[in-house]
Order: sequence, then C-alpha cells, then structure tokens
Amino acid sequence: MKLTGARILLECLKREGVEVIFGYPGAAITDIHDQMAETKIKHILVRHEQAAVHAADAYARASGKVGVVLVTSGPGATNTVTGIATAYMDSSPVVILTGQVPTPLIGNDAFQEVDIVGITRPCTKHNYLVKDIDRLASTIKEAFYLAAAGRPGPILVDLPKDIIQGETEFKYPRKVALRGYQPHPEPHPKQIRKAFDLLLKSKQPVIYAGGGVISSEAHRELKALAEAFAIPVTTTLMGLGAFPADHDLWLGMLGMHGTYRANMAVQNCDLLVAVGARFDDRVTGKIDEFCPRAQIIHIDIDPTSIKKNVYVHVPIVADCRNALARLLELAGKEQKSRGKPLVKPSDRQPWLDQIKKWRETYPLAYEQKPDGPIKPQFVVEEIYRLTRGKAVITTEVGQNQMWAAQYYHMTRPRTFITSGGLGCMGFGLPAALGAQVAYPGKTVIDIAGDGSIQMNIQELATAVEYNLPVKVAILNNQFLGMVRQWQQLFYNKRYCATPMSCAPDFVRLAEAYGAVGFRAEKPSEVAPIIKESLKIKKPVIMDFLVEREECVYPMVPAGSSISNMLLV
Amino acid sequence: MAGLFSGRGFNIESLCVAETLDPNVSRITLVTSGSPAIVEQIIKQLRKLINVIKVVDLTETEFVEREMALIKVRAEANFRAEVLRIVDIFRCKVVDVSPKFYTLEVTGSAGKIEALLALLSHLGIEEIVRTGKIAITRSKK
Repeated sequence: MKLTGARILLECLKREGVEVIFGYPGAAITDIHDQMAETKIKHILVRHEQAAVHAADAYARASGKVGVVLVTSGPGATNTVTGIATAYMDSSPVVILTGQVPTPLIGNDAFQEVDIVGITRPCTKHNYLVKDIDRLASTIKEAFYLAAAGRPGPILVDLPKDIIQGETEFKYPRKVALRGYQPHPEPHPKQIRKAFDLLLKSKQPVIYAGGGVISSEAHRELKALAEAFAIPVTTTLMGLGAFPADHDLWLGMLGMHGTYRANMAVQNCDLLVAVGARFDDRVTGKIDEFCPRAQIIHIDIDPTSIKKNVYVHVPIVADCRNALARLLELAGKEQKSRGKPLVKPSDRQPWLDQIKKWRETYPLAYEQKPDGPIKPQFVVEEIYRLTRGKAVITTEVGQNQMWAAQYYHMTRPRTFITSGGLGCMGFGLPAALGAQVAYPGKTVIDIAGDGSIQMNIQELATAVEYNLPVKVAILNNQFLGMVRQWQQLFYNKRYCATPMSCAPDFVRLAEAYGAVGFRAEKPSEVAPIIKESLKIKKPVIMDFLVEREECVYPMVPAGSSISNMLLV
Repeated sequence: MAGLFSGRGFNIESLCVAETLDPNVSRITLVTSGSPAIVEQIIKQLRKLINVIKVVDLTETEFVEREMALIKVRAEANFRAEVLRIVDIFRCKVVDVSPKFYTLEVTGSAGKIEALLALLSHLGIEEIVRTGKIAITRSKK
C-alpha cells in the first residue's frame, strides 16, 4: 500500500518500539508532526534542540532503549551537535532525525539548509542522507540497528522534505545485513583461557570496570566474578552503579578525582582486569607510569579501544556480559574439580588489608561545621541519606559532578547519568527530564552548579509542561568551580573568567516557570529543604549557597601519574 | 575516511580510489606512515567505519605497485632532444607537444618515477600531476 514518507517514517518508529520522541518543530518537518497526531507516540516539546538530544540520550541510558530526537533543518540540526557529541563520547544509543531542504535545493544555500551529515560525520557512529524514498524504511531500520549494536552510538538520519512528502509502497525489511559492520560479541575461547589462568595466579588483582558493563547489562556477572576470585573493584565515572558501592570489595571511583585507595590499588596491582572501559586520560594520568607492574586483561566490544593507549597482555574482543559469563563457567568447572574455593582467603587477605589501610589513611573527607558555610559535599551526602541511595542522579559538569560521583553511592546500574567523555555543561537538567520519562515513578535529581544550570535552564518549562517532577540541587558557589580550582592550585589564584557575580534568584526563577523553589543558606536548612522537595510532585529547584572556595580532593594534576594525588 | 585521518592526526601520503568489478564497491589504495602501534590503530579505525568492508595491510606482503604521472617539462630548442632521449630510456610517452613544453606520461614503480623526475628537474619541470600508488598482491606461485 502506498504511503507518504512521513507515514512510512512513523510506521518504522512504531515497529522499532518507539514510545517517545524528544523534539522541536520547524518548516522542514511539518508533515511528520501532522501525521504524528495519529500515532500513539508521545512527543515531548523541549525548548532547545540541544536539550532534546540530552534528554533522549539520558532516556536511552536509563531505560536501555534507543532514544529518538526529531528536529528541523538548518539551525534545528546545528543545535543538536553538542548533544550528539555528548552521546558519541559516551557511546549512547540515540537516533537523531533531522529535517532537510528538498533534494533539488541541496547544495544551493537554501533557507535553513546545512550539511548536517558533513558536520556530524566525526561525532556520529554513522549518518545518512535519504535521497530515495524507496530506501527510507531500510535506512531507519539500519539506523536503529547501528545505534544499539556492538558499541552503541548516535546515528543521524537527514530527511529532505520532498522525501517526506513523497509516496511509495511501504515495505519494512525483516533484517539488516551490513557488509561493513560485523560486531564480534563472542570471546575467543583461547583468550578466555589465558585470562582465566592469569586470574588464578594473581595475588593482587583489581577489576577496572567502565560504562560498557552497564550497556551490556553485565553487572550481575561482574559481581559474581569479583566474588569468585575475591577481586577488589573500581569503576570509571561512566561505570558507577555497575558494582554496588556498599560491597566489601568496592574501591571507589578511580582516576583524576578518584579515591586514594582506588588509585593506589591500580598502581600497585599485579593484574588489571579492564572490562568495558577504554583507558581514558582522566583514568590513566601519565600513561607510561600507569599500572607499572601489572599484566593487563582488556575486555571490550570495540577492537579500536584495545591497545589504543596502553599495552594489553590479554586482549578479548567481546560483549562484556558474554566474556564474563565464559570466565564464570570456567571458574565453576575449576572449582568443582578442585572441590574447594579458587582463592584461599589467606591468599587474598594481605592485599585486602593493604587496601583497608589506604582507605583509613586517606578516606574521602570534608568538615561541615554546624554554624559554618554549607559544604557542597554535605549537600550531596544529605541527598544520599534522605533518598536512601535510591534516586536516579543526573549531573552537570565540574565540581558538582565530581562531588556527586564521590558522595552519592550508587548500587544499581542505569541510575547515574552524567556527561563523562565530553564533559558537557548543561547536560544535567534535560538529562533529568529524559530519565524521568524513562522512570515515571522514581525520584530523579539533577546535581548542578550555578554555571551549568543556566546553560539549559529554559527546560524548566518542559518540566512544568509535562509535569516531570525532577529535583534540581544547585551547589551555588557563584563560581565556575572546577576552573576556579585549577586557577587556585596552578595559576596562583588568578581568578579570571570564573567568578559569576550576577546570577538569577533561582527561587524566583523557578516560580516564574511555574515550578517550586527553595533556598538554603545554613547547614541546618539543608535537610528540611530536601525532605520537603522530595514530597512535592512538581519540579523543584533547591538553591544551596555553599562554601565558595571548596576544592575537589583527591586530585591528580593533569599529566601526572595517578600515584601523585593532591589530598588536601 | 579523510576526516578520520585528519581528526586523529594520521598522515595520508597518497590516496587513490575507483570502482571495482562490483559497481557498488570502491577500492581505496592509501599510503601512510607511522609506528607499528599507530598503523595498528589506523587499520582498526578504518575497519570501524560502517561503509568499510575490508582493510588489508599490504606492507609486509608481496605486492605489485604502480603509479602514473603526467609531467609538463620545458622543451625549448636546445633541450628538446635531451627530453626525447630520456623519454626513450624510461619507455614513457609524449602525450602533448607545444613550442615550449612536452607533456610526458609515465607509469611505473615509485623508484622509476622518482628517477625520471630527478633527471627532468635539471631541464625544468613546469607542472606535475601524480595519481598516487595503486597496489595488488602477487599471487602464490
């Protein structure tokens, strides 16, 4: 049966199980909006296209489904670029549909025309310009497949207006076969065996897990493996929640602002098991001094991540969950044939004792005086305590992000949503909206700074319109805190371009949008405001006026080895 | 693909593309340089591109390589004979003639082209266009 391009597109989305689209309209996509009214797909109208991508990205990270964005051509498309780069750096499955001028006008400097395919080529996993309506359905199917397969990533599909308005027979392909893309989810048995042998022999092992464990839904296997071999576990910022923070084997996050014991454990281990992580520079510090005496096992779905920065002794190209499952199978067999546990507690105890000593020497610490200024770490800890660790946390970027990572102890995956790879300020509020759409019943809290929150503050309108009762906790120090910290520590406190003396009254701003606002100026006001906000079924801004010149510690100065942490 | 190279700081020394027997498939022959670790990254990053079907590193294998060049060389009266002698020695062809210039077409290995250019540069090369190398594996004997 003959359908218009717009109908075909929506039929494809329906078959892909899409329930919600984040977007912003425009001339190029009016036909799509017209047809959307007849479907069951919910359209969330944001107030800036960048926020649409962040929201769809967070929706994907929270739900495990592919996030979908629909924006118009020209400025609508260019406004998505920052959001796309964010999703790209964090390997998040998002499909971005952009309108485009009619095909005869492409390349003519037409009204609201941009070469978005050219602009996003380096920051999408793949992108398409649909020039033939008969290829529309298969392109959409490919886009959804690629977004989620192997190492996930953002896929952009550019839709010229004449394609959307055209007509053809609708046929939805049953499967996708891409000659150039064959992900490799099953590990090579020989590599698994090699890894297993190293695990048995190791005296001071560490597991270093990243975002890949969460995308692969491998958190149960990770815990089982850590327990089977009694291996302490650290995660990256993207991996927080992949391993429960209340577990005995938890080391805390590692890297530039990781815990003392996590960095020391990694630097002193004899075996590093890297799972679903990519040895990013925030984690490794000075590469040639990273992990000096260990053998390294690296499990990752993406072969380009393996041996990109760090030499790997046992590379395993596979989906994390499969690789960990195969290791567990071997462990089960070995344990059965031995008739006793694989690791004698006395074998591992010296290592665990050493780690305990590191923890006791330099724990994460700050001092909240009852009559002093509010400490930002105290705010995060109170939020943790009063939500009993069960909220879904999104963050902005900078000091607020690091304190959230350090002081909100995640125990489950898909509950900590942050811009890790790109470090994109303005991510947190739209991300909270996306997460709230994915988890309508849960408490979703954006931990923000006064700088970051203003980058997408207009999304308060979206929150109020769709009644997404997110809570925003602003750690308000009237500074761009992280840069100020660097200026304090390395540039002799020359605070240039970091103080922000003018800021809106966030309480009145919240109310102006139809949300609720609270302010705390004393430590005693913190808990009551949080408790009150959690009870209100509307969006809430909590403006916490915190200590202005507080620093995030530990800190590994850029270019330093992670053994050299500034601790106070 | 060019964006991949410039974005990641890899070096393209030469690049040659055309269709293969299958009109839906093009073959790119690319010459690059770098340490073994860099070359391994280049190969892996190329494989990651969705439109790339296969990547083969010919460097350590037995292969035949050729390149073509069109060279516009000064050929005024006293040089004309010298140019034609060189053309004869190198078995290349004259494809254009004018009072001031000869345009030569030469095909061969990189070594042959470099040698020809070295000789002609004494006479005055006006313009040169090179294709970049193409290569194909030698079959097993």
